[in-house]
Amino acid sequence: MRPVTTTATTAASTGVEPPADGLVVVVKQDCPTCQLVAPVLGELVDRGATVYSQDDPAFPPGVEVRDDTALDASVALGIDVVPTLLRREGGRETARAEGWDRATWRELSGVADLGADLPDWKPGCGSRTHDPAVADAMLVRARGHELTARRVELAGLEDEAEALYDRGWTDGLPVVAPTPPRVLRMLAGTTRAPDEVVAVVPPNLVPATVEKVAINAVLAGCRPEYLPVVLAAVEAVCAEEFNAHGLLATTWGAAPAVLVHGPVARRIGVNSGGNALGQGTRANSTIGRAVQLVIRNVGGGRPGEVDRATLGQPGKVGLCFAEDEESSPWEPLSVGRGVPAGTSAVTVFATEGPRGVVDQISRTPESLARSLAVALRGVGHPKLAPGFDAMLVLSPEHVAVFAEAGWDRARFTAALAELLLLPPEELARGADGIEEGVPEPTRPRPKFRPDGLLVAVAGGGAGKFSAVLGGWVGGPGGSSPVTRVIEEA
Amino acid sequence: MVSPVTVVLDPTDESRPAARTVGPRPDDLAGRTVGLLDIAKPRGDVFLDRLADLLTERGATVRRYAKPTFTKPMPTDLRAEITAQCDVVIEALAD
Repeated sequence: MRPVTTTATTAASTGVEPPADGLVVVVKQDCPTCQLVAPVLGELVDRGATVYSQDDPAFPPGVEVRDDTALDASVALGIDVVPTLLRREGGRETARAEGWDRATWRELSGVADLGADLPDWKPGCGSRTHDPAVADAMLVRARGHELTARRVELAGLEDEAEALYDRGWTDGLPVVAPTPPRVLRMLAGTTRAPDEVVAVVPPNLVPATVEKVAINAVLAGCRPEYLPVVLAAVEAVCAEEFNAHGLLATTWGAAPAVLVHGPVARRIGVNSGGNALGQGTRANSTIGRAVQLVIRNVGGGRPGEVDRATLGQPGKVGLCFAEDEESSPWEPLSVGRGVPAGTSAVTVFATEGPRGVVDQISRTPESLARSLAVALRGVGHPKLAPGFDAMLVLSPEHVAVFAEAGWDRARFTAALAELLLLPPEELARGADGIEEGVPEPTRPRPKFRPDGLLVAVAGGGAGKFSAVLGGWVGGPGGSSPVTRVIEEA
Repeated sequence: MVSPVTVVLDPTDESRPAARTVGPRPDDLAGRTVGLLDIAKPRGDVFLDRLADLLTERGATVRRYAKPTFTKPMPTDLRAEITAQCDVVIEALAD
Protein backbone atom coordinates (compact mmCIF):
# COMPACT_ATOMS: atom_id res chain seq x y z
CA MET A 1 0.00 0.00 0.00
CA ARG A 2 1.10 3.52 -0.57
CA PRO A 3 0.54 6.12 2.13
CA VAL A 4 -2.39 8.47 1.69
CA THR A 5 -0.51 11.72 1.26
CA THR A 6 -2.57 14.84 1.49
CA THR A 7 0.04 17.51 1.34
CA ALA A 8 2.37 19.17 -1.10
CA THR A 9 1.48 17.88 -4.51
CA THR A 10 1.97 20.05 -7.53
CA ALA A 11 -1.69 20.04 -8.47
CA ALA A 12 -2.76 21.05 -5.01
CA SER A 13 -2.05 24.75 -4.76
CA THR A 14 -5.26 26.52 -5.56
CA GLY A 15 -5.31 29.62 -3.39
CA VAL A 16 -3.20 32.67 -2.92
CA GLU A 17 0.42 31.85 -3.61
CA PRO A 18 2.77 32.22 -0.64
CA PRO A 19 5.39 34.93 -0.98
CA ALA A 20 8.27 33.94 -3.21
CA ASP A 21 10.87 35.39 -0.86
CA GLY A 22 11.19 35.88 2.85
CA LEU A 23 10.06 34.21 6.02
CA VAL A 24 6.74 32.41 6.36
CA VAL A 25 5.20 31.18 9.61
CA VAL A 26 2.16 28.90 9.75
CA VAL A 27 0.29 28.67 13.06
CA LYS A 28 -3.05 27.74 14.50
CA GLN A 29 -4.75 29.12 17.55
CA ASP A 30 -5.59 25.66 18.84
CA CYS A 31 -1.95 24.77 19.57
CA PRO A 32 -0.11 25.51 22.85
CA THR A 33 3.22 25.85 21.05
CA CYS A 34 1.75 28.42 18.67
CA GLN A 35 0.38 30.29 21.72
CA LEU A 36 3.88 30.13 23.20
CA VAL A 37 5.55 31.61 20.12
CA ALA A 38 2.84 34.25 19.58
CA PRO A 39 4.98 36.99 21.22
CA VAL A 40 7.79 36.57 18.66
CA LEU A 41 5.52 36.62 15.61
CA GLY A 42 4.94 40.37 15.72
CA GLU A 43 8.69 40.90 15.64
CA LEU A 44 9.05 38.60 12.64
CA VAL A 45 6.20 40.37 10.80
CA ASP A 46 7.94 43.68 11.42
CA ARG A 47 10.90 42.21 9.60
CA GLY A 48 8.79 41.18 6.63
CA ALA A 49 7.59 37.72 7.62
CA THR A 50 4.20 36.45 6.48
CA VAL A 51 2.09 34.67 9.11
CA TYR A 52 -0.70 32.29 8.15
CA SER A 53 -3.29 31.16 10.67
CA GLN A 54 -5.00 27.87 9.93
CA ASP A 55 -7.99 28.19 12.23
CA ASP A 56 -8.43 31.74 13.51
CA PRO A 57 -7.52 34.80 11.43
CA ALA A 58 -7.54 36.89 14.64
CA PHE A 59 -4.69 34.83 16.09
CA PRO A 60 -2.26 35.95 17.29
CA PRO A 61 -3.95 39.20 18.35
CA GLY A 62 -2.26 42.40 17.23
CA VAL A 63 -0.31 40.69 14.47
CA GLU A 64 -0.99 41.04 10.76
CA VAL A 65 -2.15 37.55 9.87
CA ARG A 66 -3.22 35.97 6.60
CA ASP A 67 -6.38 33.90 6.82
CA ASP A 68 -5.58 30.32 5.86
CA THR A 69 -8.71 28.70 7.25
CA ALA A 70 -9.23 27.29 3.73
CA LEU A 71 -5.75 25.74 4.15
CA ASP A 72 -4.67 26.64 0.62
CA ALA A 73 -1.34 28.06 1.73
CA SER A 74 -0.77 25.20 4.17
CA VAL A 75 -1.32 22.65 1.40
CA ALA A 76 0.86 24.55 -1.04
CA LEU A 77 3.63 24.78 1.55
CA GLY A 78 3.27 21.15 2.64
CA ILE A 79 2.77 21.97 6.30
CA ASP A 80 2.77 18.94 8.63
CA VAL A 81 3.37 20.65 11.96
CA VAL A 82 2.48 24.01 13.50
CA PRO A 83 4.20 26.27 14.11
CA THR A 84 6.40 25.94 11.04
CA LEU A 85 8.91 28.61 10.13
CA LEU A 86 10.06 28.64 6.51
CA ARG A 87 12.56 30.60 4.54
CA ARG A 88 11.74 31.01 0.85
CA GLU A 89 14.00 32.34 -1.87
CA GLY A 90 12.95 32.79 -5.48
CA GLY A 91 9.73 30.85 -4.94
CA ARG A 92 11.48 27.86 -3.39
CA GLU A 93 11.83 26.77 0.20
CA THR A 94 15.39 26.91 1.44
CA ALA A 95 14.95 26.16 5.15
CA ARG A 96 12.28 24.88 7.52
CA ALA A 97 11.86 24.62 11.29
CA GLU A 98 8.95 22.67 12.77
CA GLY A 99 7.79 23.38 16.32
CA TRP A 100 9.67 25.89 18.45
CA ASP A 101 13.44 25.51 18.51
CA ARG A 102 14.95 28.80 19.59
CA ALA A 103 18.37 28.28 18.09
CA THR A 104 17.00 27.25 14.72
CA TRP A 105 14.43 30.05 14.66
CA ARG A 106 17.17 32.59 15.48
CA GLU A 107 19.40 31.20 12.74
CA LEU A 108 16.57 31.12 10.19
CA SER A 109 15.26 34.59 11.01
CA GLY A 110 18.57 36.24 11.62
CA VAL A 111 17.22 37.75 14.86
CA ALA A 112 19.91 37.06 17.43
CA ASP A 113 17.78 37.59 20.55
CA LEU A 114 14.53 36.10 19.25
CA GLY A 115 12.35 34.58 21.99
CA ALA A 116 14.72 35.32 24.84
CA ASP A 117 11.89 34.75 27.34
CA LEU A 118 10.79 31.44 25.82
CA PRO A 119 12.04 27.96 26.63
CA ASP A 120 14.73 26.49 24.37
CA TRP A 121 12.46 24.04 22.73
CA LYS A 122 8.85 22.86 22.55
CA PRO A 123 7.47 20.43 20.00
CA GLY A 124 4.68 21.63 17.73
CA CYS A 125 1.19 20.28 17.06
CA GLY A 126 -0.25 18.55 14.03
CA SER A 127 -1.14 20.82 11.14
CA ARG A 128 -4.86 21.31 10.64
CA THR A 129 -4.35 19.77 7.21
CA HIS A 130 -4.06 16.47 9.12
CA ASP A 131 -7.19 17.05 11.22
CA PRO A 132 -9.53 14.08 10.71
CA ALA A 133 -12.41 16.55 10.42
CA VAL A 134 -10.96 17.92 7.17
CA ALA A 135 -9.20 14.73 6.04
CA ASP A 136 -11.69 13.91 3.28
CA ALA A 137 -11.62 17.41 1.87
CA MET A 138 -7.83 17.44 1.99
CA LEU A 139 -7.61 14.07 0.29
CA VAL A 140 -9.88 15.16 -2.55
CA ARG A 141 -7.96 18.40 -2.90
CA ALA A 142 -4.62 16.60 -3.12
CA ARG A 143 -5.57 13.63 -5.28
CA GLY A 144 -9.01 14.36 -6.68
CA HIS A 145 -7.49 15.22 -10.05
CA GLU A 146 -6.55 11.54 -10.42
CA LEU A 147 -10.24 10.59 -10.62
CA THR A 148 -11.79 10.68 -14.07
CA ALA A 149 -15.05 8.75 -13.56
CA ARG A 150 -18.21 10.71 -14.17
CA ARG A 151 -19.43 12.47 -11.06
CA VAL A 152 -23.09 11.92 -10.31
CA GLU A 153 -24.91 14.22 -7.92
CA LEU A 154 -27.51 12.71 -5.67
CA ALA A 155 -30.12 15.27 -4.76
CA GLY A 156 -30.21 16.39 -1.15
CA LEU A 157 -33.54 14.75 -0.48
CA GLU A 158 -32.65 11.43 -2.07
CA ASP A 159 -31.94 8.62 0.35
CA GLU A 160 -28.41 7.57 -0.52
CA ALA A 161 -29.01 3.81 -0.48
CA GLU A 162 -32.26 4.14 -2.42
CA ALA A 163 -30.63 6.43 -4.97
CA LEU A 164 -27.87 3.94 -5.73
CA TYR A 165 -30.35 1.11 -5.99
CA ASP A 166 -32.56 3.18 -8.32
CA ARG A 167 -29.63 3.76 -10.66
CA GLY A 168 -29.21 0.02 -11.08
CA TRP A 169 -25.76 -0.09 -9.51
CA THR A 170 -26.42 -2.81 -6.95
CA ASP A 171 -26.98 -6.55 -6.84
CA GLY A 172 -30.09 -6.04 -4.74
CA LEU A 173 -28.23 -5.56 -1.49
CA PRO A 174 -27.33 -2.09 -0.25
CA VAL A 175 -24.00 -0.69 -1.41
CA VAL A 176 -21.56 1.84 0.03
CA ALA A 177 -21.79 5.18 -1.80
CA PRO A 178 -18.61 5.58 -3.89
CA THR A 179 -17.82 9.15 -2.91
CA PRO A 180 -14.53 10.64 -4.13
CA PRO A 181 -12.83 10.40 -0.69
CA ARG A 182 -13.82 6.73 -0.33
CA VAL A 183 -12.59 5.90 -3.82
CA LEU A 184 -9.31 7.73 -3.17
CA ARG A 185 -8.82 5.78 0.05
CA MET A 186 -9.56 2.57 -1.87
CA LEU A 187 -7.00 3.51 -4.52
CA ALA A 188 -4.40 3.85 -1.77
CA GLY A 189 -4.62 0.05 -1.53
CA THR A 190 -2.76 -0.40 -4.80
CA THR A 191 0.42 0.92 -6.36
CA ARG A 192 -1.21 0.76 -9.79
CA ALA A 193 -2.18 4.02 -11.49
CA PRO A 194 -5.91 4.85 -11.44
CA ASP A 195 -6.04 5.14 -15.24
CA GLU A 196 -4.38 1.80 -15.91
CA VAL A 197 -6.67 -0.59 -17.76
CA VAL A 198 -7.04 -3.80 -15.75
CA ALA A 199 -9.10 -5.82 -18.19
CA VAL A 200 -11.71 -5.62 -20.90
CA VAL A 201 -14.90 -6.68 -19.16
CA PRO A 202 -17.55 -8.91 -20.77
CA PRO A 203 -20.25 -8.92 -21.91
CA ASN A 204 -20.00 -5.41 -23.39
CA LEU A 205 -16.20 -5.60 -23.63
CA VAL A 206 -15.66 -2.35 -21.74
CA PRO A 207 -12.13 -1.49 -20.59
CA ALA A 208 -12.08 -1.31 -16.79
CA THR A 209 -9.54 1.01 -15.25
CA VAL A 210 -8.10 0.58 -11.76
CA GLU A 211 -10.35 3.51 -10.78
CA LYS A 212 -13.53 1.80 -12.04
CA VAL A 213 -12.62 -1.39 -10.19
CA ALA A 214 -11.92 0.68 -7.07
CA ILE A 215 -15.33 2.36 -7.35
CA ASN A 216 -17.02 -1.03 -7.50
CA ALA A 217 -14.87 -2.28 -4.62
CA VAL A 218 -16.19 0.63 -2.56
CA LEU A 219 -19.75 -0.27 -3.58
CA ALA A 220 -19.13 -3.87 -2.51
CA GLY A 221 -17.82 -2.86 0.92
CA CYS A 222 -14.15 -3.77 0.42
CA ARG A 223 -11.31 -2.36 2.48
CA PRO A 224 -8.41 -0.76 0.54
CA GLU A 225 -6.08 -3.67 1.31
CA TYR A 226 -8.42 -6.01 -0.58
CA LEU A 227 -8.02 -4.05 -3.81
CA PRO A 228 -4.96 -5.93 -5.17
CA VAL A 229 -6.92 -9.19 -4.78
CA VAL A 230 -9.96 -7.71 -6.50
CA LEU A 231 -7.81 -6.37 -9.34
CA ALA A 232 -6.16 -9.76 -9.89
CA ALA A 233 -9.54 -11.50 -9.76
CA VAL A 234 -11.06 -9.08 -12.29
CA GLU A 235 -8.11 -9.68 -14.59
CA ALA A 236 -8.51 -13.46 -14.21
CA VAL A 237 -12.26 -13.40 -14.76
CA CYS A 238 -11.80 -11.40 -17.96
CA ALA A 239 -9.20 -13.80 -19.37
CA GLU A 240 -10.32 -15.39 -22.63
CA GLU A 241 -10.23 -18.97 -21.29
CA PHE A 242 -12.50 -18.08 -18.37
CA ASN A 243 -15.23 -17.08 -20.82
CA ALA A 244 -17.10 -14.79 -18.46
CA HIS A 245 -19.56 -13.84 -21.18
CA GLY A 246 -20.62 -17.45 -21.72
CA LEU A 247 -20.76 -18.12 -18.00
CA LEU A 248 -22.97 -15.08 -17.53
CA ALA A 249 -25.23 -15.79 -20.49
CA THR A 250 -25.80 -19.49 -19.84
CA THR A 251 -29.12 -20.55 -18.37
CA TRP A 252 -27.04 -22.60 -15.90
CA GLY A 253 -26.62 -20.84 -12.58
CA ALA A 254 -22.86 -20.92 -12.06
CA ALA A 255 -20.88 -17.73 -11.48
CA PRO A 256 -17.26 -16.71 -10.87
CA ALA A 257 -15.84 -17.56 -7.45
CA VAL A 258 -12.48 -16.41 -6.10
CA LEU A 259 -10.01 -18.66 -4.27
CA VAL A 260 -7.19 -16.69 -2.62
CA HIS A 261 -3.73 -18.23 -2.27
CA GLY A 262 -0.62 -17.30 -0.32
CA PRO A 263 0.23 -14.88 2.46
CA VAL A 264 -2.13 -12.12 1.28
CA ALA A 265 -5.07 -14.20 2.52
CA ARG A 266 -4.00 -14.11 6.14
CA ARG A 267 -2.76 -10.53 5.91
CA ILE A 268 -6.07 -9.10 4.77
CA GLY A 269 -8.23 -11.59 6.63
CA VAL A 270 -9.70 -13.90 3.98
CA ASN A 271 -11.27 -16.71 5.97
CA SER A 272 -10.05 -20.24 5.25
CA GLY A 273 -11.27 -21.74 8.53
CA GLY A 274 -14.67 -22.21 10.10
CA ASN A 275 -17.53 -21.02 7.89
CA ALA A 276 -15.04 -20.19 5.10
CA LEU A 277 -17.79 -20.56 2.52
CA GLY A 278 -20.32 -18.69 4.62
CA GLN A 279 -21.12 -15.24 5.86
CA GLY A 280 -19.54 -13.05 8.49
CA THR A 281 -16.03 -12.35 7.15
CA ARG A 282 -15.74 -9.04 5.41
CA ALA A 283 -13.03 -10.03 2.92
CA ASN A 284 -14.89 -13.18 1.87
CA SER A 285 -18.18 -11.36 1.57
CA THR A 286 -16.94 -8.35 -0.36
CA ILE A 287 -14.11 -9.47 -2.68
CA GLY A 288 -16.29 -11.84 -4.69
CA ARG A 289 -19.06 -9.26 -4.64
CA ALA A 290 -16.74 -6.59 -6.03
CA VAL A 291 -15.86 -8.84 -8.96
CA GLN A 292 -19.54 -9.47 -9.68
CA LEU A 293 -20.32 -5.74 -9.45
CA VAL A 294 -17.57 -5.02 -12.00
CA ILE A 295 -19.21 -7.48 -14.37
CA ARG A 296 -22.59 -5.91 -13.70
CA ASN A 297 -21.69 -2.25 -13.77
CA VAL A 298 -18.69 -2.02 -16.08
CA GLY A 299 -19.39 -5.02 -18.28
CA GLY A 300 -23.16 -4.49 -18.32
CA GLY A 301 -23.92 -8.10 -17.31
CA ARG A 302 -27.28 -7.99 -15.58
CA PRO A 303 -29.85 -10.64 -14.71
CA GLY A 304 -32.70 -10.65 -17.18
CA GLU A 305 -30.48 -9.08 -19.81
CA VAL A 306 -27.33 -10.98 -20.82
CA ASP A 307 -27.52 -13.05 -17.62
CA ARG A 308 -30.13 -15.67 -18.57
CA ALA A 309 -29.83 -17.99 -15.54
CA THR A 310 -32.87 -20.22 -15.08
CA LEU A 311 -32.51 -20.30 -11.32
CA GLY A 312 -29.23 -18.71 -10.34
CA GLN A 313 -27.90 -19.31 -6.83
CA PRO A 314 -26.96 -17.21 -3.80
CA GLY A 315 -23.21 -17.42 -4.56
CA LYS A 316 -23.84 -15.14 -7.52
CA VAL A 317 -23.76 -12.22 -5.12
CA GLY A 318 -20.10 -13.13 -4.71
CA LEU A 319 -18.12 -16.09 -3.38
CA CYS A 320 -14.57 -15.82 -2.07
CA PHE A 321 -12.50 -17.91 0.31
CA ALA A 322 -8.90 -18.94 0.88
CA GLU A 323 -7.16 -22.29 1.05
CA ASP A 324 -5.91 -23.10 4.55
CA GLU A 325 -2.33 -23.49 3.40
CA GLU A 326 -0.86 -23.28 6.88
CA SER A 327 -2.80 -26.19 8.35
CA SER A 328 -3.07 -28.26 5.22
CA PRO A 329 -0.80 -31.33 5.12
CA TRP A 330 -0.67 -30.99 1.35
CA GLU A 331 1.08 -28.77 -1.12
CA PRO A 332 -1.14 -25.75 -1.85
CA LEU A 333 -3.45 -25.97 -4.83
CA SER A 334 -1.76 -22.88 -6.26
CA VAL A 335 1.64 -24.61 -6.48
CA GLY A 336 0.15 -27.28 -8.70
CA ARG A 337 -1.16 -24.47 -10.88
CA GLY A 338 2.30 -23.01 -11.38
CA VAL A 339 2.43 -20.41 -8.63
CA PRO A 340 5.71 -20.42 -6.65
CA ALA A 341 5.25 -21.47 -3.02
CA GLY A 342 4.72 -18.49 -0.74
CA THR A 343 3.43 -16.29 -3.55
CA SER A 344 0.01 -14.68 -3.34
CA ALA A 345 -2.40 -15.37 -6.15
CA VAL A 346 -6.05 -15.86 -7.02
CA THR A 347 -7.81 -18.64 -8.87
CA VAL A 348 -11.20 -17.86 -10.33
CA PHE A 349 -13.50 -20.73 -11.19
CA ALA A 350 -17.09 -21.14 -12.25
CA THR A 351 -19.28 -22.54 -9.53
CA GLU A 352 -22.88 -23.05 -8.59
CA GLY A 353 -22.04 -22.95 -4.89
CA PRO A 354 -21.27 -25.55 -2.23
CA ARG A 355 -23.05 -28.76 -1.36
CA GLY A 356 -21.99 -30.64 1.76
CA VAL A 357 -20.70 -34.21 1.76
CA VAL A 358 -21.10 -36.19 5.01
CA ASP A 359 -18.78 -39.05 5.90
CA GLN A 360 -18.30 -39.44 9.63
CA ILE A 361 -17.44 -43.14 9.54
CA SER A 362 -14.58 -43.67 7.07
CA ARG A 363 -11.17 -43.96 8.70
CA THR A 364 -9.31 -45.34 5.69
CA PRO A 365 -8.38 -43.28 2.64
CA GLU A 366 -9.88 -45.88 0.32
CA SER A 367 -13.30 -45.66 1.95
CA LEU A 368 -13.34 -41.87 2.22
CA ALA A 369 -12.18 -41.47 -1.38
CA ARG A 370 -15.09 -43.63 -2.49
CA SER A 371 -17.54 -41.47 -0.49
CA LEU A 372 -16.21 -38.30 -2.05
CA ALA A 373 -16.26 -39.83 -5.53
CA VAL A 374 -19.93 -40.75 -5.15
CA ALA A 375 -20.70 -37.18 -4.13
CA LEU A 376 -18.67 -35.75 -7.01
CA ARG A 377 -20.47 -37.96 -9.49
CA GLY A 378 -23.62 -35.95 -8.84
CA VAL A 379 -22.14 -32.75 -10.28
CA GLY A 380 -24.43 -31.62 -13.11
CA HIS A 381 -26.02 -35.05 -13.40
CA PRO A 382 -24.72 -38.45 -12.23
CA LYS A 383 -25.06 -39.80 -15.77
CA LEU A 384 -23.20 -37.00 -17.56
CA ALA A 385 -19.45 -37.48 -17.97
CA PRO A 386 -17.32 -35.68 -18.71
CA GLY A 387 -19.21 -32.47 -18.46
CA PHE A 388 -18.96 -29.91 -15.76
CA ASP A 389 -15.84 -28.99 -13.80
CA ALA A 390 -15.94 -28.94 -10.01
CA MET A 391 -14.12 -27.77 -6.90
CA LEU A 392 -13.83 -30.13 -3.95
CA VAL A 393 -13.18 -28.41 -0.62
CA LEU A 394 -11.76 -30.92 1.83
CA SER A 395 -12.26 -30.20 5.50
CA PRO A 396 -9.34 -30.61 7.93
CA GLU A 397 -10.80 -33.80 9.44
CA HIS A 398 -11.21 -35.36 6.01
CA VAL A 399 -7.82 -34.41 4.61
CA ALA A 400 -6.24 -35.77 7.82
CA VAL A 401 -7.53 -39.25 6.97
CA PHE A 402 -5.54 -39.15 3.74
CA ALA A 403 -2.47 -37.47 5.17
CA GLU A 404 -2.22 -39.93 8.09
CA ALA A 405 -2.28 -42.80 5.61
CA GLY A 406 0.52 -41.20 3.62
CA TRP A 407 -1.58 -40.05 0.69
CA ASP A 408 -0.40 -36.83 -0.87
CA ARG A 409 -2.44 -34.62 -3.18
CA ALA A 410 -1.30 -36.46 -6.32
CA ARG A 411 -2.22 -39.87 -4.96
CA PHE A 412 -5.61 -38.60 -3.81
CA THR A 413 -6.52 -37.04 -7.16
CA ALA A 414 -5.30 -40.15 -9.01
CA ALA A 415 -7.50 -42.34 -6.79
CA LEU A 416 -10.49 -40.07 -7.41
CA ALA A 417 -9.89 -40.14 -11.17
CA GLU A 418 -9.89 -43.93 -11.09
CA LEU A 419 -13.09 -44.07 -9.03
CA LEU A 420 -14.73 -41.56 -11.35
CA LEU A 421 -14.02 -43.50 -14.53
CA LEU A 422 -17.66 -44.38 -15.10
CA PRO A 423 -18.88 -47.52 -16.91
CA PRO A 424 -20.74 -46.88 -20.18
CA GLU A 425 -23.71 -49.00 -19.22
CA GLU A 426 -24.42 -46.67 -16.28
CA LEU A 427 -24.12 -43.51 -18.37
CA ALA A 428 -26.18 -44.48 -21.40
CA ARG A 429 -29.37 -42.62 -22.13
CA GLY A 430 -32.22 -44.68 -20.76
CA ALA A 431 -30.02 -46.54 -18.27
CA ASP A 432 -31.53 -46.78 -14.79
CA GLY A 433 -34.85 -45.65 -16.24
CA ILE A 434 -33.50 -42.14 -16.83
CA GLU A 435 -33.59 -40.67 -20.30
CA GLU A 436 -30.81 -38.19 -19.55
CA GLY A 437 -27.31 -39.52 -20.10
CA VAL A 438 -24.52 -39.99 -22.62
CA PRO A 439 -25.65 -41.01 -26.16
CA GLU A 440 -24.39 -44.52 -26.92
CA PRO A 441 -21.20 -44.60 -24.82
CA THR A 442 -18.85 -47.44 -25.69
CA ARG A 443 -15.97 -46.95 -23.22
CA PRO A 444 -15.64 -45.92 -19.59
CA ARG A 445 -15.69 -42.16 -19.38
CA PRO A 446 -14.02 -39.88 -16.84
CA LYS A 447 -16.40 -37.73 -14.80
CA PHE A 448 -14.02 -34.79 -15.09
CA ARG A 449 -11.79 -33.65 -17.92
CA PRO A 450 -8.06 -33.48 -17.08
CA ASP A 451 -7.62 -30.54 -14.66
CA GLY A 452 -11.39 -30.28 -14.42
CA LEU A 453 -11.45 -31.04 -10.69
CA LEU A 454 -9.81 -28.58 -8.29
CA VAL A 455 -9.15 -29.67 -4.71
CA ALA A 456 -8.61 -27.15 -1.90
CA VAL A 457 -8.34 -27.59 1.86
CA ALA A 458 -10.43 -25.29 4.06
CA GLY A 459 -12.88 -25.28 6.90
CA GLY A 460 -13.15 -25.44 10.66
CA GLY A 461 -11.32 -27.94 12.84
CA ALA A 462 -14.37 -30.00 13.72
CA GLY A 463 -16.65 -31.82 11.29
CA LYS A 464 -16.16 -34.76 8.96
CA PHE A 465 -17.86 -32.82 6.21
CA SER A 466 -16.41 -31.62 2.94
CA ALA A 467 -18.09 -29.69 0.16
CA VAL A 468 -18.53 -30.14 -3.56
CA LEU A 469 -18.84 -26.96 -5.59
CA GLY A 470 -20.21 -27.98 -8.94
CA GLY A 471 -19.08 -25.85 -11.84
CA TRP A 472 -20.01 -25.41 -15.46
CA VAL A 473 -18.93 -26.89 -18.78
CA GLY A 474 -15.16 -27.07 -18.55
CA GLY A 475 -12.50 -26.37 -21.11
CA PRO A 476 -12.58 -24.62 -24.48
CA GLY A 477 -16.32 -25.15 -24.88
CA GLY A 478 -17.05 -23.55 -21.53
CA SER A 479 -14.93 -22.03 -18.81
CA SER A 480 -11.49 -22.96 -17.52
CA PRO A 481 -10.28 -21.87 -14.08
CA VAL A 482 -7.73 -19.07 -14.29
CA THR A 483 -4.93 -18.34 -11.81
CA ARG A 484 -3.18 -15.00 -11.58
CA VAL A 485 -0.31 -14.02 -9.33
CA ILE A 486 -0.96 -10.85 -7.32
CA GLU A 487 2.18 -8.98 -8.31
CA GLU A 488 1.99 -6.32 -5.62
CA ALA A 489 0.99 -8.59 -2.71
CA MET B 1 -33.09 23.55 4.81
CA VAL B 2 -32.20 21.33 1.88
CA SER B 3 -29.49 18.79 2.58
CA PRO B 4 -26.29 19.20 0.57
CA VAL B 5 -25.88 17.06 -2.53
CA THR B 6 -23.80 13.91 -2.30
CA VAL B 7 -21.36 13.36 -5.13
CA VAL B 8 -20.64 9.77 -6.09
CA LEU B 9 -18.45 8.36 -8.83
CA ASP B 10 -20.18 6.44 -11.59
CA PRO B 11 -19.33 2.71 -11.32
CA THR B 12 -20.61 1.93 -14.82
CA ASP B 13 -19.35 2.25 -18.37
CA GLU B 14 -21.09 5.65 -18.39
CA SER B 15 -23.14 4.81 -21.46
CA ARG B 16 -26.38 5.87 -19.83
CA PRO B 17 -27.16 9.52 -19.07
CA ALA B 18 -26.37 10.53 -15.50
CA ALA B 19 -29.51 12.60 -15.15
CA ARG B 20 -32.82 10.83 -15.36
CA THR B 21 -35.44 12.21 -17.73
CA VAL B 22 -39.18 12.55 -17.24
CA GLY B 23 -41.42 9.83 -18.63
CA PRO B 24 -42.97 10.16 -22.10
CA ARG B 25 -46.07 12.32 -22.38
CA PRO B 26 -49.21 11.03 -24.11
CA ASP B 27 -50.36 12.89 -27.24
CA ASP B 28 -54.01 12.79 -26.24
CA LEU B 29 -55.98 12.11 -23.06
CA ALA B 30 -59.06 10.64 -24.77
CA GLY B 31 -59.58 7.08 -23.62
CA ARG B 32 -56.93 7.34 -20.93
CA THR B 33 -57.33 7.20 -17.20
CA VAL B 34 -56.33 10.41 -15.48
CA GLY B 35 -55.76 10.39 -11.73
CA LEU B 36 -56.47 13.61 -9.86
CA LEU B 37 -54.53 13.76 -6.62
CA ASP B 38 -55.76 16.16 -3.97
CA ILE B 39 -52.86 16.79 -1.64
CA ALA B 40 -55.35 18.01 0.99
CA LYS B 41 -54.63 21.72 0.77
CA PRO B 42 -57.66 24.00 1.13
CA ARG B 43 -59.70 24.52 -2.06
CA GLY B 44 -57.62 22.07 -4.03
CA ASP B 45 -60.88 20.18 -4.46
CA VAL B 46 -62.48 23.15 -6.23
CA PHE B 47 -59.70 23.16 -8.79
CA LEU B 48 -59.79 19.39 -9.22
CA ASP B 49 -63.62 19.29 -9.53
CA ARG B 50 -63.41 21.67 -12.47
CA LEU B 51 -60.55 19.69 -14.02
CA ALA B 52 -62.58 16.50 -13.64
CA ASP B 53 -65.46 18.05 -15.59
CA LEU B 54 -63.19 19.26 -18.37
CA LEU B 55 -61.33 15.95 -18.65
CA THR B 56 -64.54 13.94 -18.73
CA GLU B 57 -65.87 16.17 -21.53
CA ARG B 58 -62.73 15.27 -23.51
CA GLY B 59 -63.20 11.56 -23.17
CA ALA B 60 -60.84 10.81 -20.30
CA THR B 61 -61.74 8.54 -17.40
CA VAL B 62 -61.12 10.38 -14.14
CA ARG B 63 -60.19 8.77 -10.85
CA ARG B 64 -59.90 10.82 -7.67
CA TYR B 65 -57.27 10.34 -4.94
CA ALA B 66 -56.34 12.30 -1.85
CA LYS B 67 -53.35 12.37 0.41
CA PRO B 68 -54.21 12.12 4.13
CA THR B 69 -52.24 15.31 4.75
CA PHE B 70 -50.18 17.68 2.66
CA THR B 71 -47.47 17.80 5.31
CA LYS B 72 -46.16 14.33 4.69
CA PRO B 73 -45.10 12.41 1.60
CA MET B 74 -47.76 10.34 -0.05
CA PRO B 75 -48.22 6.86 1.49
CA THR B 76 -46.44 4.20 -0.54
CA ASP B 77 -49.63 2.23 -1.03
CA LEU B 78 -51.40 5.23 -2.52
CA ARG B 79 -48.53 5.85 -4.93
CA ALA B 80 -48.64 2.21 -6.01
CA GLU B 81 -52.41 2.40 -6.43
CA ILE B 82 -52.19 5.46 -8.67
CA THR B 83 -49.36 3.91 -10.71
CA ALA B 84 -51.37 0.76 -11.24
CA GLN B 85 -54.67 2.45 -12.11
CA CYS B 86 -53.76 5.57 -14.10
CA ASP B 87 -52.00 6.56 -17.30
CA VAL B 88 -51.56 10.16 -16.22
CA VAL B 89 -51.76 11.98 -12.91
CA ILE B 90 -52.48 15.63 -12.12
CA GLU B 91 -51.55 16.84 -8.66
CA ALA B 92 -53.23 19.90 -7.16
CA LEU B 93 -50.68 21.97 -5.32
CA ALA B 94 -52.69 25.16 -5.08
CA ASP B 95 -53.88 26.74 -1.85
